Amino acid sequence: MTSREIVLARIRSANAAATHGAPPSEPEVPRAYRVRGEHSPGTSELLDLLTGRLVDYRAGVHRCPTAAVPEVIAGVLPRTARLIVPSGLPDGWAPAGAVTDDGSLDPTALDAFDAVLTGCAAAVAETGTIALDGSAGQGRRAISLVPDRHVCVVRADQVVQTVPELLARLDPRRPLTLVSGPSATSDIELQRVEGVHGPRTLTVIIATG
Amino acid sequence: MTTFLGMPSYAPRGVGALRGFDLFPAAAREALGNAQLRRNLGHATATIRAKRAAVVGEVADWEELRLAGEAIKAVTMARLDEHLVRLEREVTERGGTVHWARDANEANRIVTDLVRAAGADEVVKVKSMATQEIGLNEALAEAGIAAWETDLAELIVQLGHDRPSHILVPAIHRNRSEIREIFLREMSDVDPGLTDEPRQLAMAARAHLRRKFLTAKVAVSGANFAVAETGTLAVVESEGNGRMCLTLPQTLITVMGIEKLVPTWRDLEVFLQLLPRSSTGERMNPYTSLWTGVTPGDGPQTFHLVLLDNGRTAVLSDEVGRAALHCIRCSACLNVCPVYERTGGHAYGSVYPGPIGAILSPQLTGIEDNASLPYASSLCGACYDVCPVRIDIPTILVHLRGRHVEERSRRRLPSPEAVTMAAAGWTMARPARFRGAERLLRVGRVLGRRRGRIGALPPPLSAWTASRDLPRPPSETFRQWWRRTRGTS
Repeated sequence: MTSREIVLARIRSANAAATHGAPPSEPEVPRAYRVRGEHSPGTSELLDLLTGRLVDYRAGVHRCPTAAVPEVIAGVLPRTARLIVPSGLPDGWAPAGAVTDDGSLDPTALDAFDAVLTGCAAAVAETGTIALDGSAGQGRRAISLVPDRHVCVVRADQVVQTVPELLARLDPRRPLTLVSGPSATSDIELQRVEGVHGPRTLTVIIATG
Repeated sequence: MTTFLGMPSYAPRGVGALRGFDLFPAAAREALGNAQLRRNLGHATATIRAKRAAVVGEVADWEELRLAGEAIKAVTMARLDEHLVRLEREVTERGGTVHWARDANEANRIVTDLVRAAGADEVVKVKSMATQEIGLNEALAEAGIAAWETDLAELIVQLGHDRPSHILVPAIHRNRSEIREIFLREMSDVDPGLTDEPRQLAMAARAHLRRKFLTAKVAVSGANFAVAETGTLAVVESEGNGRMCLTLPQTLITVMGIEKLVPTWRDLEVFLQLLPRSSTGERMNPYTSLWTGVTPGDGPQTFHLVLLDNGRTAVLSDEVGRAALHCIRCSACLNVCPVYERTGGHAYGSVYPGPIGAILSPQLTGIEDNASLPYASSLCGACYDVCPVRIDIPTILVHLRGRHVEERSRRRLPSPEAVTMAAAGWTMARPARFRGAERLLRVGRVLGRRRGRIGALPPPLSAWTASRDLPRPPSETFRQWWRRTRGTS
């Protein structure tokens, strides 16, 4: 027998022993918890909530009309910052001089960039979470990880209220990263310190309408 | 398929970190004498308890989430074999390779061979209870492979040549000045002007590990969850060391206990709410990575998943005890436990300390090898109240105590309890004998007259008074009082 067969046989025999040979009882999973929030995606209540949560995590938050996004991006990035961007960003977002990732740079080369600018797949207001799924405008995971500052643009219609609403919007077969504030640790006396290995600065731009 | 009969397959001896050197009472006594440890633990557990209570309190449907979490885990275990086969198929179809390990030795061998095959002599590691449990770092070291722990607390433990003492915060027993000393002593590249300010210590760890992350060829991780229907793995973390390990190296090896499974993608909506609030007391942890097999052009291009038994099927075979497999390793039960708060994690001997460890470790190793752990509790029930998947830890503790006594009596070793109970039975069978026993209590009044309680009795009664005081017997027993007052009042 292979180890696979042995482990599977052990599981079957253990389950039979625990139920004294009876078929397993499989109660229906009670899903009485809240799935949908009371606010529709993109409403101002949700944008306020998301803003509050992100500020709580010590992320920088800016709210502006979609048309003003390029201006705000230029404003939050230091003029000399070396910026990498994924392909597929909306026209006009990437400031002049930004390098578009072509997948060829190794981690050490990525480490030479000061910042990365991405969009996102969705966001959760209640937990202050932003989801990246690697599609156009977000790029491969490495580019939003290695540079020390992450500027992320969230469109209002991408903001849902609850975690279940978020997962329903995501495709599990894509590489997913859920980001809730800058990297942090509580490993020393359980005191939270923002900024460890991941981007130490997270700036979120919420584009309204 | 024929039913597999025979003894449950426990985690083997001689490898891994499920067994301590001392029995819990001895180890606890030593820990209680360490004032620094007690101060560090008291401070840390009080902090995390308050944070957890605040963020759990703001979730109106917390109890409904707990009920769902409990049911999802029970349903998963009922058809664990089918879910694992489904997971294997999904991971394989998406370009990953699945390995099965009966125990720690086999898992260590599989990982060692994979690292060698990748041509690497070092790996970066994401914090993982499963690899701690099987002693992977030690096995890799024997094969000449260096394993770098990248979680800050694990790094502190590794550099301190120490053992983890908490599931979530393995260095909880260290305070900031101790951590500073460890960094100054062990990090060759550290700034000698390092202070004990937590931000400075975190920055020192960042600088120390940066080059490792950028150049490592192979990473080893655990998994918080695996979704059977999609083949998706999930790692929940805070610092970004997890993302570094899961994203930058070419080869990723994930070691996962077979109980970490959930059947459907939707099930994660429950656990991603329960886990962060229960463990770090945050609304959401900073980073959660989810991946399915290999994605061309993004992240590791070689992915191995090692499915680990190492005693889990033995736990599964116990009708009552199997709920211990529902644990999502949040560590909320440690933080509220009056025993853990005072003794710390090392006293439990196993890499799984606290209330959950007291029910998990003895079942993984066989009760004989961790026999003192089911007794390492006052059965106050605080652990059950905070458990996000409603594991009834007090009931399982009592159940395991029962199993322990039964197993001993089968081996015809009269236990102290059995001898005591037989003596009590004899004494209580006749009123005259009981009266005689009452008269003996007067001796106890002499013993306890100074402090109002009895602190130490001679052997074999010393087994009782080793960790408890006896009250001084009253000057008059109930029966004496009844006779004197003729039962009229």
